[in-house]
Amino acid sequence: MIRAALCGLTILAVCGPRAGRAQSPENAESRAPVVVASKPFGESYILAEIFAQLLESRSIAVERRAGLGATEIAFGALRSNAIDVYPEYTGTGLLAILNDTLDASMRTDAGATFSYVARVFEERYGVRWLAPLGFENGYAIAVRRETATQYQLRTLGDLARVGGELTAGFTSDFIGRPDGLDGLSREYGLRLRAVRPLAPAVKYAAIAEGAVDVIDGYTTDGLLARYDLVTLEDDRRFFPPYQAAAILSPRLSDERPDAISVLSLLSGRLDEGRMRVYNRRVEVDGEDIRAVAADALRELGLVPREGGDGPSDTASGSAPRVGIVPFLWSRRMETGFLALRHLELVLVALFAALVVAVPLGLVLERSRRSAEWVVGALGVLQTIPSIALLAFMIPLLGVGTKPALVALWLYALYPIARNTYTGVRDADIDAVDACEAMGATATQRLMWVRLPLAAPIILAGVRTAAVITIGAATLAAFIGAGGLGEPIVTGLALADSRLVLSGAIPAALLAVLVDSVLALVERSVAPAHLRAGDPDPAG
Amino acid sequence: MSLSLDATEVSHRYGGVAALTRVSVRVAEGSVVALVGETGSGKTTLLRSFNRLVDPSEGTVLVGGEDVRLLDPVVLRRRIGYVPQNGGLLPHWTIRRNVALVPRLVGMEDIGHVADVALQRVGLDPRAFGERLPRELSGGQRQRAALARALAAKQGAILLDEPFGALDAISRSEAHEVFERVRHELGVTAMLVTHDLAEAARLADTIVVMRAGVVEQAGSVDVLRGAPASAYVRMLFDRAEAAGAALGVG
Repeated sequence: MIRAALCGLTILAVCGPRAGRAQSPENAESRAPVVVASKPFGESYILAEIFAQLLESRSIAVERRAGLGATEIAFGALRSNAIDVYPEYTGTGLLAILNDTLDASMRTDAGATFSYVARVFEERYGVRWLAPLGFENGYAIAVRRETATQYQLRTLGDLARVGGELTAGFTSDFIGRPDGLDGLSREYGLRLRAVRPLAPAVKYAAIAEGAVDVIDGYTTDGLLARYDLVTLEDDRRFFPPYQAAAILSPRLSDERPDAISVLSLLSGRLDEGRMRVYNRRVEVDGEDIRAVAADALRELGLVPREGGDGPSDTASGSAPRVGIVPFLWSRRMETGFLALRHLELVLVALFAALVVAVPLGLVLERSRRSAEWVVGALGVLQTIPSIALLAFMIPLLGVGTKPALVALWLYALYPIARNTYTGVRDADIDAVDACEAMGATATQRLMWVRLPLAAPIILAGVRTAAVITIGAATLAAFIGAGGLGEPIVTGLALADSRLVLSGAIPAALLAVLVDSVLALVERSVAPAHLRAGDPDPAG
Repeated sequence: MSLSLDATEVSHRYGGVAALTRVSVRVAEGSVVALVGETGSGKTTLLRSFNRLVDPSEGTVLVGGEDVRLLDPVVLRRRIGYVPQNGGLLPHWTIRRNVALVPRLVGMEDIGHVADVALQRVGLDPRAFGERLPRELSGGQRQRAALARALAAKQGAILLDEPFGALDAISRSEAHEVFERVRHELGVTAMLVTHDLAEAARLADTIVVMRAGVVEQAGSVDVLRGAPASAYVRMLFDRAEAAGAALGVG
């Protein structure tokens, strides 16, 4: 339904004419679009959209990259000028990016934290923090209202008292971070009966159904209200201040004073109450992010009230939640575009892998001693989690299509090279030997015997690679490459399972479809003796 | 034009293991020599040194009087037919195309016809078998097709590596008849590796008994049976006769 606009937009942004960003100083005055990005959660989407619309209202060209991976990916992209601005939080900057410890004086003094973080970022990365937007969004530990009543919980100190009887469901982010579970347990002497790592998308459903009793959220979270959860007070002030602010790439801070002065208009203007309302409208009411951002800018008086710039185009304000089937049907056009985009990524990566891996497999067959090593090394590549591989690409290739293609290409290499190597190696050894013995050259043996006999095995490798690549390509959305991963990423961020399914189901169908098409190809390349049905045992 | 095959003082090692030690064997033009011995006796290594699938560490190998080391292996191999144990037919090619392999490699004209003549020679009707795939033939028919392929380009010599070892008794006997007929028709020189003494006695003019990389004894079947040079040679004959083989009385 309404996320349509967002996804459609990102597609345009991704496919848009923007080969090779101007990074050289000579091009300083060229009006390259400002690349506005966000991390994959509701508030970050909204803030980025507010940045983008504000810039556009001042005639500054913008390119959107919503929902980039997580902190490392978004920040990595910013440092390397692959994106120009995204909303970040001082606490995250301090602990997750600088890996710094929290000075006692900073705990209570948000201003001190901000000046420290801003100074170190400038020195270390050339990344600039604009003045805070005006609200904080720290961690919130929440329980169901009935749990709070039953155990008389008001503060985290109270929780520590009865922790042994409660099960927590925390995001893996929170479990892993120094300012997360570890520090919290130490500070409060908190011991829980069990801690389950949960995806952000499922933790609210899990607590609502009683599968867990305690979760982590954000203080401005719209979903805390939707599920009627009680936030426990951080009475010892363990969590650092998480002031939200726009942070800028080195390129933007050096070259675009115009954009900086526009973005600075937001400093100090967004208070916690407003932000909670915007988050609720998106996360609870399912409103379109573009519409909410446009309303925010009008409320702040930053764009004229009836400018006609309203994204009141197709996206209807607050459509009632419909069933999954009508929902998928209503998104069929966007899904089609996303699927095409997805297919494009997969096919380009697959073709490039084919061009490299088949000759590689042939070379390996001729130098078998190194073959196992090389194939083994490609296999190790396969074990790198996709999201980590994508993150590694950013400093080298930025965000968007290029790093995604390279990562997908790397994944596709292994099955094709492996099957080419073994297929050619094991192709009817007697026949190959006889051909050699009667004077067929190496090339003739390859073209007449080995390749034709290995073809079905090579094709099987291509099929494996295709299915792997289609799966991995859903993660490419984390680095802004688009495709069917886009609604999955957004849906996970907004705890909207219909949106997740609107990407996951077509991706699965696409995998089945591509696999079936390749199965037909496989049959058509099968050598004559394997094609004609039942092999003759009496033969 | 048939080619003689000569090996003189040939030794070969695989890594540290001696496969052949100072072996000398001569196959005169148009005659048939059988190499007999157990697995690992070096007979296949010796066979493969004539078409340079093996390049021996020491010694001289001559084909038609020419030192094989001075010849391009590809050119050499196109002059010599080859029949491995399982035929080595390309499974995805028709019989006609298989048989036309070497004629095609050497650039003969009308290779389809050449292949059909070769098939006819081994008793396979080209109209019935030409368009079939190898798996549609019986084992004996496949080996005959492999023999046709090995001789289709009028090769002057032919190397056979246990060509009939996997066949049932009747097919083997038929294959033997075909081999004898073709061999005399073309006057081709042949070297045959086998572990079946009865087969060697039937097909070969000279039998070379090999054991652990050396020639134990070489001669006609009568010489070997009448005056075995070693206990091993005698044992081979005793064993074969005990198994009921009629060993070259004629």
